[in-house]
Amino acid sequence: MNESAHLWLIPLFPFLGFLLNGILGSRLPRRLVSIIGVLAPLVSLAIVLNDFGASIISAAVSCPSCGTVTALALPAAEALQFHWIAIGPLQVDFAFVLDQLSAVMLLVVTGVGFLIHVYSLGYMRGEPGYARYFSFLNLFLFFMTVLVLAGNLLLMFVGWEGVGLASYLLIGFYFERNSAAAAGKKAFIVNRIGDFGFLIGIFLVLSTFGTLSFGKITAALSLQPSWDGTVLTVICLCLLVGAAGKSAQLPLYIWLPDAMEGPTPVSALIHAATMVTAGVYMIARTHLLFDRAPIALWTVAIVGAATALFAATIALVQTDIKRVLAYSTISQLGYMFLACGVAAYSAAIFHLVMHAFFKALLFLAAGSVIHAMGGEQDLRKMGGLRQKLPVTFVTMTVAVFAIAGFPPFAGFFSKDAILYAVFLNGIGGKLLWFVGLVTALLTSFYMFRLWYLAFMGEPRSETAHPHESPRSMLIPLVILAILSVCGGWVGIERFSAYLALAAQAHRPMPNGNPATEFILSIAAVLVALEGWLIADKYYRSKTERPARLAAALPAAYKLLTNKYYVDEIYGAVIIKPLFAFSKYFLGWVVDTAILGGIAWLLAGIANITGMILQRWQSGNLRSYAAWLAAGAAAVLLFLLLGHFVVEPPRIMVNLMRGH
Amino acid sequence: MSFLQHDVPLSWYLLLSAVLFSLGVVGFLIKRNLITVFMSIELMLNAVNLSFVTFAYQWHEVRGQIFVFFVMMVAAAEAAVGLAIIIAIFRVRSTLAVDRIDLMKL
Repeated sequence: MNESAHLWLIPLFPFLGFLLNGILGSRLPRRLVSIIGVLAPLVSLAIVLNDFGASIISAAVSCPSCGTVTALALPAAEALQFHWIAIGPLQVDFAFVLDQLSAVMLLVVTGVGFLIHVYSLGYMRGEPGYARYFSFLNLFLFFMTVLVLAGNLLLMFVGWEGVGLASYLLIGFYFERNSAAAAGKKAFIVNRIGDFGFLIGIFLVLSTFGTLSFGKITAALSLQPSWDGTVLTVICLCLLVGAAGKSAQLPLYIWLPDAMEGPTPVSALIHAATMVTAGVYMIARTHLLFDRAPIALWTVAIVGAATALFAATIALVQTDIKRVLAYSTISQLGYMFLACGVAAYSAAIFHLVMHAFFKALLFLAAGSVIHAMGGEQDLRKMGGLRQKLPVTFVTMTVAVFAIAGFPPFAGFFSKDAILYAVFLNGIGGKLLWFVGLVTALLTSFYMFRLWYLAFMGEPRSETAHPHESPRSMLIPLVILAILSVCGGWVGIERFSAYLALAAQAHRPMPNGNPATEFILSIAAVLVALEGWLIADKYYRSKTERPARLAAALPAAYKLLTNKYYVDEIYGAVIIKPLFAFSKYFLGWVVDTAILGGIAWLLAGIANITGMILQRWQSGNLRSYAAWLAAGAAAVLLFLLLGHFVVEPPRIMVNLMRGH
Repeated sequence: MSFLQHDVPLSWYLLLSAVLFSLGVVGFLIKRNLITVFMSIELMLNAVNLSFVTFAYQWHEVRGQIFVFFVMMVAAAEAAVGLAIIIAIFRVRSTLAVDRIDLMKL
């Protein structure tokens, strides 16, 4: 396998970048740090393009019906790097898997990752900790590529934990700010709950299949086509807990809004485009298990739909530009879970890719706005930025139209594919489809609300003097804007056909017809338009209307601005009891009483023994010598007697014989 | 196999070594003068040396003899240091009675 032979180079270069910038960064000139930091993802991107570019591009422009261009086959294979763990029957290899799914994912990770590295050059200019920032960003790319390439669950878990670490480090990048440090900790701890589920799932897979390799699990499942036991459901639910932690789904989503404490490019790369989609990728990667577990699949769908709606309602009233986008990300991830839940994995991955484009663009444009406003993130203090930031305005507009789902932008195609796939799944599917449609309405509304508040109307802050961002920030914006416009033109059919080998559901899928699809997409567009019109009515000119509405519905408004009090409920139900348990039981009973008691007991015994034995230390040399001699004599006696009982030693025998 | 080729049997050497060692021990324990105690130590060392060379001779084992050289060397060093300590003690306390040098206690 020629192509797979150098798969290991893809994670290698970001890792080298991390090492160089991490160890030497503070002593190197900034220019060199920038070059190292940007070159690492660029080389990885080049390798990815070299390996799969031809296959992906030919698939994207292929035309199955007219047969002019056919997709180049991707040599799907598992590339063994080395044997990692071999303990008895447990055999885990450091193996990378190369298929269409990982190829698409790698292209997104390295491509968007590279653009965001370039953007960071401008955004982070002059910040302290410049080298630290780039080394962590490269570390993230390293672990993310390992996660994507992993050929077994354990290696995936390594990448999974690694991106969590990089996320923690970057959320807490401004660690001198208390809220940033707390947000980093919160992200890490909440993810730990999810990882616990993931680990249990891995253990269950190991005990059920005796292997962790995706290929071998697939083989084992294909040998038993009718097997769908409860153990598969339990495994899938455990994996879902892991995915929900990483991808910020209910009930573990609470860390993602706080993660906005990190620098904005980090939010774009890690908390919008790539890391948070790892849960979706994981479900798609293990979809053969999920296909056999209908209950788990429905759970995924319900969690996704509930999260989508829940987060969208919170996003309606947020005033921090980044928090609106954070809740929007949670909501869009809910869409992807919804798609996974109806076994439309290729639709989920399609939305993942499109979302990576437009959400990264939204975050980067928001970063450009924040940069221009001198660090101001409050939407209420913006306004009228349209003339001051023309490039940012245009690219942001593209992104808003894309996420709202207007044709011909990217979000329309992927959201449409998801809603269509959901609609086909019986009565439950119709219900979930309706939830998705309402979410689309809310999405369109809050995105246009952001758009109006930031760019339209009159400037609401006299102190800020906005200025357009440097070119290193604008070029990634423009590229992502082009992708957000054109990305969707690939179409779900071609995308599914490309992913078919890797991500096609192995269960009966409901059949649809083009008429239904057309009507559904009309409905989705109308809903998006309605969202825009409502936002237009409330936020374009008459800026006092939202306040009046909020005054009319004080309870609902308060509930939403306080994000349904979820943080407070978790605090009261989980954290407070946990603290009390730690303090009173673990602290007082276990630590002070039991462990402390044992320590005191040991110390007391040593103390008393010492007091008795110190009488030996009389200072009299001859008494020491006498004890020494007595001890030596005792040892000698013991040796002699002991040996006489068992077997007399040779010397003694010789002595007694008189030699 | 090679045994001692002349008249004195092995056990005599060992007996002599044991007697010398015991004399050393007893001298160490009952003598009060620090210098005599010191000489008793030397006596014990040499008693051990004697048994070393005895066995080395009997088994044609050169390591025993080498060990004796080591012991002699350490003993010489120890004698130098020890005598220096004794002189120092005598300068401070004007006595060499072992019973009265008992400061090292709790």
